[in-house]
Amino acid sequence: MTLLAEKPATPSKSSAVKGGLLDPQQLWKSLPGALVKLDPRTLWRNPVMFIVEVGAVFTTVLSIVDPSALGWIITVWLWLTVVFANLAEAVAEGRGKAQAAALRAAKQDAVARLLRDGREVAIPATELKLGDIVVAEAGDLIPGDGDVIEGIASVDESAITGESAPVIRESGGDRSAVTGGTKVLSDRIVIKITQRPGESFVDRMIALVEGANRQKTPNEIALNILLAALTIIFLLSVVTLQPLAIFSKAYNAAAPDTTTINQHGVSGIVLVSLIVCLIPTTIGALLSAIGIAGMDRLVQRNVLAMSGRAVEAAGDVNTLLLDKTGTITLGNRQASEFVPVEGVDALRLADAAQLSSLADETPEGRSVVVLAKNEHGLREREPGLMTDATFVPFTAQTRMSGVDIGARQIRKGAAAAVMKWVRENGGHPTEQVGEIVDMISATGGTPLVVAEHVDGQPAQALGVIHLKDVVKSGMRARFDEMRAMGIRTVMITGDNPRTAKAIADEAGVDDFLAEATPEDKLAYIRKEQEGGRLVAMTGDGTNDAPALAQADVGVAMNTGTSAAKEAGNMVDLDSDPTKLIEIVEIGKQLLITRGALTTFSITNDIAKYFAIIPAMFAAVYPGLDQLNVMRLHSPGSAILSAVIFNALIIVALIPLALRGVRYKPSSASALLRRNLWIYGLGGAIIPFIGIKLIDLLVQFIPGI
Amino acid sequence: MAGWLFVITLLLALVAVHRPFGDYMYKVVSGRRNNVVERGIYRLVGVDPSAEQTWGVYARSVLAFSAVSILFLYLFLRIQDKLWLSLGFAGVPTHIAWNTAVSFVTNTNWQAYSGESTMGHLVQMAGLAVQNFVSASVGIAVAVALIRGFAGRKTGTLGNFWVDLTRITLRVLLPICVLATLVFMIAGMVQNLSGGTDVTTLTGATQHITGGPVASQEAIKELGTNGGGFYNVNSAHPFENPTAWTNWLQIFLILVIPFSLPRVFGRMVGQLRQGYAIVAVMAVLAIASIALTVGFEVHGAGTVPQAVGAAMEGKEVRFGIPNSATFASATTLTSTGAVDSFHDSYTAFGGMMPMINMMLGEVAPGGVGSGLYGLLILAVITVFVAGLMVGRTPEYIGKKIGAREMKLASLYFLVTPALVLIGTAAAFATGNNSTALNVGPHGLSEVLYAFTSAANNNGSAFAGITVNTPWWDTALGLAMLIGRFLPLVLVLALAGSLARQKPVPESEGTLPTHKPLFVGMVVGVTVVLVALTFLPALALGPIAEGLS
Repeated sequence: MTLLAEKPATPSKSSAVKGGLLDPQQLWKSLPGALVKLDPRTLWRNPVMFIVEVGAVFTTVLSIVDPSALGWIITVWLWLTVVFANLAEAVAEGRGKAQAAALRAAKQDAVARLLRDGREVAIPATELKLGDIVVAEAGDLIPGDGDVIEGIASVDESAITGESAPVIRESGGDRSAVTGGTKVLSDRIVIKITQRPGESFVDRMIALVEGANRQKTPNEIALNILLAALTIIFLLSVVTLQPLAIFSKAYNAAAPDTTTINQHGVSGIVLVSLIVCLIPTTIGALLSAIGIAGMDRLVQRNVLAMSGRAVEAAGDVNTLLLDKTGTITLGNRQASEFVPVEGVDALRLADAAQLSSLADETPEGRSVVVLAKNEHGLREREPGLMTDATFVPFTAQTRMSGVDIGARQIRKGAAAAVMKWVRENGGHPTEQVGEIVDMISATGGTPLVVAEHVDGQPAQALGVIHLKDVVKSGMRARFDEMRAMGIRTVMITGDNPRTAKAIADEAGVDDFLAEATPEDKLAYIRKEQEGGRLVAMTGDGTNDAPALAQADVGVAMNTGTSAAKEAGNMVDLDSDPTKLIEIVEIGKQLLITRGALTTFSITNDIAKYFAIIPAMFAAVYPGLDQLNVMRLHSPGSAILSAVIFNALIIVALIPLALRGVRYKPSSASALLRRNLWIYGLGGAIIPFIGIKLIDLLVQFIPGI
Repeated sequence: MAGWLFVITLLLALVAVHRPFGDYMYKVVSGRRNNVVERGIYRLVGVDPSAEQTWGVYARSVLAFSAVSILFLYLFLRIQDKLWLSLGFAGVPTHIAWNTAVSFVTNTNWQAYSGESTMGHLVQMAGLAVQNFVSASVGIAVAVALIRGFAGRKTGTLGNFWVDLTRITLRVLLPICVLATLVFMIAGMVQNLSGGTDVTTLTGATQHITGGPVASQEAIKELGTNGGGFYNVNSAHPFENPTAWTNWLQIFLILVIPFSLPRVFGRMVGQLRQGYAIVAVMAVLAIASIALTVGFEVHGAGTVPQAVGAAMEGKEVRFGIPNSATFASATTLTSTGAVDSFHDSYTAFGGMMPMINMMLGEVAPGGVGSGLYGLLILAVITVFVAGLMVGRTPEYIGKKIGAREMKLASLYFLVTPALVLIGTAAAFATGNNSTALNVGPHGLSEVLYAFTSAANNNGSAFAGITVNTPWWDTALGLAMLIGRFLPLVLVLALAGSLARQKPVPESEGTLPTHKPLFVGMVVGVTVVLVALTFLPALALGPIAEGLS
């Protein structure tokens, strides 16, 4: 976790979720897949496109029986509509397939060195069973997922994480989990296998990115129901039109027959065109592509979601539980200020503090040296060059560290210990030291007292180093964004309540849970859920597992234990706890894309009516030609233009479906207003322009 | 000018009454105490008034009560000649008795008969008027049950149908009707049990002046958005609607409960602003519709209206155009169906407006109860699309709109358009449209109107079509029956599903459903969905006629 802890939180501007661009070649490559999907046995799962296919078959038959230029061109475009829809899905799947292929390459058929009765037996990795004990040494591929039960090794996990720096895996603790297909670089470890054959992490990953067992998510199912209902309504509205059309034509029998209407009513080809134009084909065609692409965007960020349901839940999250260390703060306390006592020059304190810290390689010690340099211009001195210096290391007994330079002794450490040292050396720490220490503690910081003793003189406390947890830059802005989105952020920390409050205030989180035990976390999650809230959290340790399982969205770190990975419903391969925020955004973006395209699809119909209704009936009732506001060339060209527009808009929107609607964190009102203007109003206006433009071209086709 | 005054005073009166009356109804449906009469009734029918019902039990209670009502009314109509006060009328023929029984129990009050020449006073009072009361109460009860679904916290129960039915009838409908009856009598409406008087007119001919319990019938006809008139010509008859101000009062009575129910909704879910949003949607749609209808009629296109300066055909001179057009709007915006002028004689577009009002699903403000639940369903559909656009699982009043809720709401939305479209197409396909007076687009409108009115439980007639044939009585009877009870069961199922949910707390990320943007979106969704569904049919009817 600390590997990436130094990475600053992404500032809000660039946090807008982005995705890969669509390569035109991908369309071409996915074409065979799209044609295979024409099989009605698979297509019926998508009721909207299934109706289009049935319509296309119907017009094909009609065109064979009674051939006409209009009939054939419309038939071709109806088939294209279905192909375009399949293409969208195939392209989305294609990107996943490429990733799966890379994973498969990593999952070479390894040989497992099984320990049986203390003897080593070589068996194929595929035959490993749950609970088997195997050995892996430098150069070996780890044969399956498991926990290290003996030894320590560095492991190259780049095959699954893409991160080339090796990681340490050791028995016991939170870094014991290893993944099959990764490579041991040094040393020897003994592993207990925790997977069933064929259910390894990599296997699941491949299945996920390929979308092989993709299940529809709850919102997708609900949306499908709405789309099916709209399809039925439009189907009814068109089919029931026929008796009315026959009646109207009979009333006005003198009106000339046209390509669209005669005494038998509206021609079958025109009726099918009307149905296809009205039913929500745009969203129907792109719905599954949007879902697949959403999962894909997560994978691109190295997050594996075990189900689409979890991704959707992420968009709904009300409460984010974030670990303080590594997520909100940089993970280490850092010196932020030197506070000298009265009568001591700040420079002198800084100098003493620096000297005492030169040999201190802890992050705290390094930060003292850095602060002395930044604030007081003190150049760092190489400990090795100071021949007369003896460094006193920190021990748990003395709770101090320091340096002896000739007759000069400098100590720094916990207030009580250093003050005791001052008294033992004939000094009298002033009351002021105590005040400064209390003041720093009150703000949540850690005070380190610095004292000096020169032989022959009484020891003297020089002042206090203020160590504090440094909040990552940009986190406050990030939490403000979260608040605007209606998400409460809660900081989880093992610190005492006072320290926790100080950091919580500085970081700008809404609440904190201090001195948190795993049970506290679980109880907090339950309490939130009681109130109907959805909770997301990250965790890596085995003791996080119950809370991860309880949370609606539990993101396990890949560095964590297998218990944690099993309990969560997502795994972050980068082990970056800040990722939770991005996951929430991807979840929201997924839903927004569906909603926006549904709105677009429905408002599109207005223009299509203005094209098709006058085209069908103006011959019978010439007054209806007043509805032909686009002044389309002829009934035939009007209907053809509407059908062509309807098909082309699918292709035009594939990139949007794959990329997702642009999402900027903001309140629900602002989001709704923006999307309603763009996709609602846009959806109403664009087809008027598009259909007119297409009409300007197709009117030159002879016979239209 | 007088026309504007008429509409504006009506609006002001509704605004003034909305709050106190809504609060009163809220107390009626959510109070715990039962009075002596009510306790007596519960004991009589063997109901425990404190027992909460799940949606299934509630729905079965509604259906059982309605089935018994239909059966009773059917038999009553069939044997009226054997009972008192039949005025010598024969038993009602089977197909008309079926049609009428269904019509009054479903709150439609489609009349395939002529009141003054078919029904005796006893049937009018103890048969039809009783149904006018209880069918209205059923509608309000179901709306209240749906609200309880939204307000419920994981309870799964929707209240008690028998308690709702009793209280609404006794405490809301009855007192107002008594008062309104007295006012109508003062205005000169007939209220007696006389069989009528034969008088010799100035020209020497004999005229039959009818009598009957008209004023009492009239009060509940409007208040319960029933619309079944005592006389064939309904509120155009001077005995049913003597003056311009009774016309005003009738419209007021039609609109008062539907426009006050959103207040009950706001109170019960504990967020008054949600109620205001719903009433705002109703008001926007209603005002737009009234303005358009009056506009089309006043500036009516067509040869005759142009010549005489206004479209006066089919309208009473004592009301004039704006008042008649307002009545026509109010009666079709609700599920009333009473008329004081003849929609068939309206200009093409003026006549299209009542049809569109009904096609909206009668939600602005709709029938008593049914208008509110219809609009809440549309709000649920809007919330679903809008909710996705803000990146969350859609939720309305703290309840998630998932697959099950969407399934029920979508089915609700499918039922009436399906009935209207299939019915109309069937009439043409089977040649039964031939009973229409007109041919061409106007004839098409007459058929389309009949099914729109029946399926939406309105009951108003475009007229100009003979519908007391067995085919029409059966088809329209089925449209009324399915159009009433299938949506009603779906609403209760939705209510049950919502009641089982734990409410989700509101946050910045929650779609605000009380702001103008959402109100506008519900209006938009309602209009667009209706336009998309019915535009092809309307194009061959009123639009073709109007644009010719």
